[in-house]
Amino acid sequence: MQVAITHAPIDPAAEAADLARGRTDVGALVTFSGICRGDEAGASIAALTLEHYPGMAEAEIARHVTEAEGRWPLLGVRVVHRVGRIVPGEIIVVVAVASAHRQAAFAAAEFLMDYLKTHAPFWKQVERAGKSDWVDARAGDDAAAARWETKRAAE
Amino acid sequence: MKLVYFAWIRERVGKPEEEIALPASVVTVGELIEWLKGRGEEYAHAFDNPKVVRAAIDKVHARAEAKIAGAREVALFPPMTGG
Repeated sequence: MQVAITHAPIDPAAEAADLARGRTDVGALVTFSGICRGDEAGASIAALTLEHYPGMAEAEIARHVTEAEGRWPLLGVRVVHRVGRIVPGEIIVVVAVASAHRQAAFAAAEFLMDYLKTHAPFWKQVERAGKSDWVDARAGDDAAAARWETKRAAE
Repeated sequence: MKLVYFAWIRERVGKPEEEIALPASVVTVGELIEWLKGRGEEYAHAFDNPKVVRAAIDKVHARAEAKIAGAREVALFPPMTGG
């Protein structure tokens, strides 16, 4: 299972180990973990609650995994995204990428995270002092995803 | 046609989904949003800034000019903030 959405805590080491287990062609394994910070926009928070669009979230991530596999020589990809209530210090998302060499693994992991932030249907609500607010999208995230379009056009 | 809403659009509309019969004059996603605005105060509030509303037709991202004819499910939601 390449893509999973879960209410349970994520173990990044286990996800990464699955990609390399029993094979000797993997020379690079990159694991990115996105972690819930204790502050948002300069103020401390109690928790984040993540909502998603079931069916579309999985499909949209899978579509980008397929695109990454077309752009780089990858030997394995795993994306696990958590939903529900997440407290500071807990992992929100793990992207693990295996390849023969590091360049492809680093690039594909970054590509997947940039697209996940702007195209995968998840929404964060921040909880502080008994009040909940929806997190605004960041223009910087759109710019980060857009630069992969520029790179593709140049290829 | 089934409409589904997420995040603060869901909260403002006051329901996660509904079945709706659309007039033939509503052809695109953008026209759907404009039409919904006229359905009551909660819809007017949810869609008061159509520029920030994102859409998906049958779980695939769609632009405002995309045609909704034949769609089983149209989703309307704010910009995504996952990851």
